[in-house]
Amino acid sequence: MRLLIILPIVIPLATAVVCLLLRGSTAMQRTVSLTGAAALLLTAAGLLAAVWERDAIVLQAGSWPAPYGITLVADLFSAVMVLLAALTFFAVTVYARASVTPGRERFGFHPLLHFLMMGVCGAFLTGDLFNLYVWFEVMLMSSFVLLALGGERPQLEGGIKYVTLNLLSSAVFLAAAGILYGTAGTLNMADAALRLRSLQDSGLPTVLGVMFLVAFGIKAAAFPFFFWLPASYHTPPVPIAALFAGLLTKVGVYAMIRVFTLIFTGATAFTHTLILWIAGFTMVTGVLGAMSQNDVRRILSFHIVSQIGYMIMGLGIFTPLALAGSVFYIIHHIIVKTNLFLISGLINRTGGSFCLQKVGGLYARVPVLAFLFLVSALSLAGIPPLSGFWAKLTLLRAGIEAQQWEVAAVSLAVSLLTLYSMSKIWSEAFWAPPADTPAPAPLDRTEWWTLFGPVMLLLLVTAAIGFGAEPVFRLAARTAEQLMTPDLYIRTVLGAAAQP
Amino acid sequence: MSYLFAVLVGVLYGTGFYMMLRRSVVKEIIGLGLLGHAANLLIFGASTLTRGVPPIIAEGSAGLHPGAADPVPQALILTAIVIGFGVTAFAIVLMRRVYEATNSDDLDTFLTTDAGEPREEAH
Repeated sequence: MRLLIILPIVIPLATAVVCLLLRGSTAMQRTVSLTGAAALLLTAAGLLAAVWERDAIVLQAGSWPAPYGITLVADLFSAVMVLLAALTFFAVTVYARASVTPGRERFGFHPLLHFLMMGVCGAFLTGDLFNLYVWFEVMLMSSFVLLALGGERPQLEGGIKYVTLNLLSSAVFLAAAGILYGTAGTLNMADAALRLRSLQDSGLPTVLGVMFLVAFGIKAAAFPFFFWLPASYHTPPVPIAALFAGLLTKVGVYAMIRVFTLIFTGATAFTHTLILWIAGFTMVTGVLGAMSQNDVRRILSFHIVSQIGYMIMGLGIFTPLALAGSVFYIIHHIIVKTNLFLISGLINRTGGSFCLQKVGGLYARVPVLAFLFLVSALSLAGIPPLSGFWAKLTLLRAGIEAQQWEVAAVSLAVSLLTLYSMSKIWSEAFWAPPADTPAPAPLDRTEWWTLFGPVMLLLLVTAAIGFGAEPVFRLAARTAEQLMTPDLYIRTVLGAAAQP
Repeated sequence: MSYLFAVLVGVLYGTGFYMMLRRSVVKEIIGLGLLGHAANLLIFGASTLTRGVPPIIAEGSAGLHPGAADPVPQALILTAIVIGFGVTAFAIVLMRRVYEATNSDDLDTFLTTDAGEPREEAH
């Protein structure tokens, strides 16, 4: 059973290594890559089922007891994140078969994707802060190369910005981890949580908390650290951009929620109020940025920023319902956002451009695509009964119950502006008369299914979350309950002997 | 000793940020490297600095000598140095490719991805 925790790290690693060995044959790499992604998806589902039964599973690497060794922990939050990552990864792997250029495939596209997934899953599963830093670096390094792979000029320019700000964030994270070790004498998250409790009277835990907030804030693209995201996410090929959009910033959000529910909970009046302010500004600046854009992918990139605000809004309010809202929002967002990026690729493939002025008339030409976009976009904006509605409803209700009127009002207004910017894509790309951009070559049957299949799969998941919101909400609520009672996590990691 | 360390780390951070704020990509990468070194030394300084007491349990004694050096920060720093090396190597290659593509190392000229829509190439 404990093997299930390590598998989401080992499977991508093994797949990546096999892909590297098969350097010469792209066809073989594709098969191995898809098999690896499918295996990861099955394992992730198994992990969530196992964790649902027994609350949390712990693996002490090399049987070194915590806090001396490296601990891998899968509680509900980790397991949910791993499952979402595996699901979107599977869809993206299928989609990539028909849309990544052979040159990129020859230069290591498949192994890099799996190394990236190894970093992402590792970051979700580790219970040690320094280990988290290492997984971040694994993930960043692969994402750097994936972003620049192909070497087109915008990719390289975007790459410089992405690399610089993410390395800055890593430097802050490393310094914060070092000071935490100097203060608490441990890097195990559960142990650090216990030891910092006795230090709450001094200001040091708060300072440390803010350092972690800055480090994870840059990775999550929260206000005012988000500038790298809209400058780089639209430059790589669509499957890479979709994977980044769905997963990478959410790893930052995950880390933020983890440390601010487990370790830095002593001065919530300061830290969590700060997070709430950041959440509000992130929502507003993101959506305003999106309204001024004309490239589909840039609009969507700014919306990532805006929605990061919703996710950390729940953390800022810091009640069980609010955190359930955050978790629900993350579940909804990862799927819908990845899907919208994949759809932006289809707009380009069938309409000839990403730029809204250069495409038009897609509703008449590709009605299926129009339907797929419409459902995803309405879900993103939060129209009932799609998944985004329930996520926003939960957060809004939590905001009102906690009497955080301002942030609740902001979240409503931002929702409306999101709808505006989605309808802009709809009216320009789908309703407007056809532009004079020459139509690209039509898709053949296999290509059509490889490109539309994954989008339909993710759309079905969104619809399922929307129509079957209750089980998903129960999952989110139970996850939030676990997050709000860190003693359970601490006892699971350190054993029953720990005195929380 | 600790004070000396604190000043050194501060100077490294200051220089690193100053270099990052310059317009040249080369200086920016040097700045990032300096920030990495500053963080490494910060970890070293944040754990207690001791001399001449290795963390080895002498024969016949039950535990560590009091005030023994802590080996963990050094292990952390070693890991961080290796990662920093790899990342810097990548950054240098990226810089070279950017220079080849744009013929410039001035960060202020890299605006195409920040403009509202993809601009046509100037020439």
